Amino acid sequence: MFSLTNRLRQVASPAAQLYRCQSTLVVAEHNNEKLNPATLHAITAAKQLGGEINCVIFGSQNTAAIAKEVSGVEGISKILVAENAAFEGFLPEKLTPILLASQEQFKFTHIVAGASAFSRSLLPRVAAKLDVSPISDIIGVKDAETFVRTIYAGNAIMTLKSKDPVKILTVRTTAFEAAATSGGSGAVEDLAASADMPAISEYVGQELTKSDRPDLGSAKVVVSGGRGMKTGDNFKMLYDLADKLGAAVGASRAAVDAGMVPNDMQIGQTGKIIAPELYIAVGISGAIQHLAGMKDSK
Amino acid sequence: MAMKVLVGCKRVIDYAVKIRVRPDKLGVVTDGVKHSMNPFDEIAVEEAVRMKEKKLAKEIVVVSCGPAQSAETIRTALAMGADRGIHVEVPADQMALLQPIHVSKIMAKLAEKEAADVVLLGKLAIDDDSNQTAQMTASLLDWPQGVFASKVEKKDSQLEVVREVDGGLETIKINLPAVLSADLRLNEPRYATLPNIMKAKKKKVAKMTPGDLGVDVTPRIEVLTVEDPPVREAGQTVSDVEELIGKLKDKGFSS
Repeated sequence: MFSLTNRLRQVASPAAQLYRCQSTLVVAEHNNEKLNPATLHAITAAKQLGGEINCVIFGSQNTAAIAKEVSGVEGISKILVAENAAFEGFLPEKLTPILLASQEQFKFTHIVAGASAFSRSLLPRVAAKLDVSPISDIIGVKDAETFVRTIYAGNAIMTLKSKDPVKILTVRTTAFEAAATSGGSGAVEDLAASADMPAISEYVGQELTKSDRPDLGSAKVVVSGGRGMKTGDNFKMLYDLADKLGAAVGASRAAVDAGMVPNDMQIGQTGKIIAPELYIAVGISGAIQHLAGMKDSK
Repeated sequence: MAMKVLVGCKRVIDYAVKIRVRPDKLGVVTDGVKHSMNPFDEIAVEEAVRMKEKKLAKEIVVVSCGPAQSAETIRTALAMGADRGIHVEVPADQMALLQPIHVSKIMAKLAEKEAADVVLLGKLAIDDDSNQTAQMTASLLDWPQGVFASKVEKKDSQLEVVREVDGGLETIKINLPAVLSADLRLNEPRYATLPNIMKAKKKKVAKMTPGDLGVDVTPRIEVLTVEDPPVREAGQTVSDVEELIGKLKDKGFSS
């Protein structure tokens, strides 16, 4: 009887419970056609947490194809799919209740996504309902509770320990490799959880910049222009140079504010944070806030 | 039907100051360092004032959570055109661990108390770079959110919000009441004029603590270290374009 009591005490110890039940949910991001590579970087970070890794895909269409892409990634246990026309536009007000319902069902210890406009809109909303403090834009995982992130536009690096029972994290994609998309054998299943979705917000539309150039967030070479370019027309020189180098084109806030280029080209503390092999800055003064977006360039 | 707007603003180290990590490696040096209103919050205050000028808003209440000096931040907002202020006092040594989860609870409580129609916050604070408070406030209130807003228009009983997202711009329509967060290009904030700064001294600022609102601000994180980022190798200056092209070719970049 004494040994039984001992074993019961072991089972009840919080550390033992945490390890045994440690389970991460990666919230996948996609555009109804292809998986967003940010998800692959998030999966790498999730692997560093230890424990089981699952993935959830919400979408209004074509989720089966996205699930197929994710199932190629090694190390994923379950791929949960929820397709619903109401998810058009990925409105956080609509996705939050169902994410919470999944959390209720599976009791994940970690909820993770690649840092992006999508995850930044959604994950804090979920965290508030779970009464936990989300941790944005981590650049390192020390263990299941300890993370590294930058503060003050990257001018200081903080290592912190989360005391919350569920850790909700967004992951800076430039800090983790993209997981390989082959060798996986994750099982795809429909998400059983369901929830009432409030009708308090509507998706009207998007104006996305179309370009044949590499994606700014993941390009190996980036040519960037700033206030010194003087006009949007002068950016043609950079576009030509970028085409020769097979590069993407970015910009500083000054160039975007002046209307020379659209906002999705902005690199900086509150724009995109990138880390290409080669970064060529033209007509850019190098303000702290811009450097925050590119100082990890090799 | 003019709206009541609750605007949040945070006192942060001025954006132009070079940050220094403390010798004890547990934070950054804040004593004696220039502080100002978080730039995104200036944009939020400005948007609220413009709503009032367009007669969309009838009253602007500005809130700041922070130490005694946050009163100056509130005064700046009042000078820009806010009507009255609420200072939620948080001691200076607790500020580093006061996080969006705590602030959002405070904002949500105040939104209910004040019967606000719109809560307007800055997208992120330039010290902790979290980008969470508006989303969490909206969630606690079960209100819709229009975050990273670059344009806000009232359309009948809804707000049409254009948001800056990764690939460009997204447009949504949200019901009122709602929470918004201001992105860089929402507007260009005005400077407070001297007459308005003088007038602001007469505007009321209520003081309270998080405890008065029933909000527990127990920290959810433990800061283990705060360090300088890794030092980069010095760069090289090249003398002409030929040399630049040569070096690029050496490293394997060529057209």
